[in-house]
Amino acid sequence: MSGETYGDRGNKDRSITNPAGMGDAWPVKPGGAAHAAPGGPFLIGDAMTGGYGKGADILHGCTIAVERGEIAVIVGPNGAGKSTAMKAVFGMLDLRSGSVRLDGEDITALSPQDRVKRGMGFVPQVRNIFPSMTVEENLEMGAFIRKDDFRDTMEQVYTLFPILRDKRRQAAGELSGGQRQQVAVGRALMTRPKVLMLDEPTAGVSPIVMDELFDRILEVARTGIPILMVEQNARQALEIADKGYVLVQGGNAFTGTGQELLADPDVRRSFLGG
Amino acid sequence: MDFLNAFVALANFVIVPALAYGSQLALGALGVTLIYAILRFSNFAHGDTMAWGTMCAVLATWGLQAAGVSLGPLPTALLAIPVGIAGAAVLVLATDRVVYRFYRAQKAKPVILVIVSMGIMFVYNGLTRFIIGPDDQNFADGERFLISARDFKVMTGLDEGLAIKTTQALTMVVALITVALLFWFLNRTRTGKSMRAYSDNEDLALLSGINPERVVTVTWLIVAALATIAGVLYGLDKSFKPFTYFQLLLPIFAAAIVGGIGNPLGAIAGGFVIAFSEVGITYAWKKVLGYMMPESLEPDGLVQLLSTDYKFAVSFVILVIVLLFRPTGLFKGQTI
Repeated sequence: MSGETYGDRGNKDRSITNPAGMGDAWPVKPGGAAHAAPGGPFLIGDAMTGGYGKGADILHGCTIAVERGEIAVIVGPNGAGKSTAMKAVFGMLDLRSGSVRLDGEDITALSPQDRVKRGMGFVPQVRNIFPSMTVEENLEMGAFIRKDDFRDTMEQVYTLFPILRDKRRQAAGELSGGQRQQVAVGRALMTRPKVLMLDEPTAGVSPIVMDELFDRILEVARTGIPILMVEQNARQALEIADKGYVLVQGGNAFTGTGQELLADPDVRRSFLGG
Repeated sequence: MDFLNAFVALANFVIVPALAYGSQLALGALGVTLIYAILRFSNFAHGDTMAWGTMCAVLATWGLQAAGVSLGPLPTALLAIPVGIAGAAVLVLATDRVVYRFYRAQKAKPVILVIVSMGIMFVYNGLTRFIIGPDDQNFADGERFLISARDFKVMTGLDEGLAIKTTQALTMVVALITVALLFWFLNRTRTGKSMRAYSDNEDLALLSGINPERVVTVTWLIVAALATIAGVLYGLDKSFKPFTYFQLLLPIFAAAIVGGIGNPLGAIAGGFVIAFSEVGITYAWKKVLGYMMPESLEPDGLVQLLSTDYKFAVSFVILVIVLLFRPTGLFKGQTI
């Protein structure tokens, strides 16, 4: 409907069109069911192949997994499909083959909302907060699917990120980059997820803030939540990782524990700058 | 005394009518702004949605009047508003299901939806005329004046009278209640917050478990209610004629854009800015100036800047000025 033929003409007139906040995800159609698939890792995207909508495939048989109590990190060069692999696990693009399994269930056919209900928490790389809503409203929206009282969870998030408590009446869009990332992670934690997926949580923040964010992420991991994370700062990320995946052109290039990958001469030469 | 007379004349011919008209425009502009914030396009079919909802209410009013139901001094149409809202809700939800949902699934660009809404506008237009005809319909009943000009003169002993029509007072009261309810809903309820979240960031709303289709449905329901209430109030105040409602689109859009489209506070402020400009510029100021100025300076002409026939030009000019000098409107940042 919005192919090249029509370009973007007329879409820049803000008095009639409002693309701000518009979604670009291609979610799996709702209505699919999960079925039991016992065994295997806690969360695994197995041999995933697919791309956005009717576009070309971006992933080619890519596999990523995370076990209970672990931190798994996806690294790789720009355009390797790291974020795409993460979105595929979350059901935000169409898989042509492969499957996604969580906690002994095959959830390939589930929509992202249903995956949230089954305990997946996802923090996108960009646009991961509701900018015009207050910090507290952001957290409330994170808990949208919960029907029970979530005040204690909000309290836990405030304990984990004390700055958010001070800023809870402020619009999230007015906060600094690092604080926004904390809002984003806090929002995802509000569902009390069984697994947390972070897409480049340190993108665009200063090195000092980055160190602090890594500390916070480790703290979240210490509460027992397995974390699957895409990261640009490969070396730092692999140092805290139990398991690392190096993706190249939508496929697995190297897989191993964080220490193994850091020690691997090929990985060092290609991705870690020697 | 002259000053008081001038003020009463001004209130009678400008302030009261403009407040009522402004409230009607504000309700209309709120509907446009909600669609803009959540469905992300300017809904050109809004004027005709108002016409359709009002038509349903008019038909129900006639039914009630025929059955002998009356609200005493208040217009019977108040009782018919829920019927009108239900009629409008059925129409917009059916349209959404048959037309808009198709384009949403295609992830069509907003400008395409703008054009689609124009097509919908013509369909609604035809539907309304097909059922009730293109003519003027009067459906107001009950007490005509809250205070008539004569009573006011007797009461105060002034030369000038101040008439307040029941419908004008009613318009302001109903508009106030509606706006208060809308703001409470958007800022305090879970569904209202989920609508704001969806407006802010669709993808994140999706992965917070907010059901987009539900948000869209609720939005259409609210818009149907706002459009019908605005339409019925306007019809009571003036009269119901489908073409007039189609024409209302211009001042409504001007109001929404002047205030900052997507911002509900802006829609309300914009509604009053447009209403006061329109009424003020088409009013013959001779009387007010006659009271205020020394005899030697009293104007000979009517001092009417623009004939009422050209009142739509006023919204157009304001629209152009705002788009040129402050395209974001009075209230910056589009957020519901």
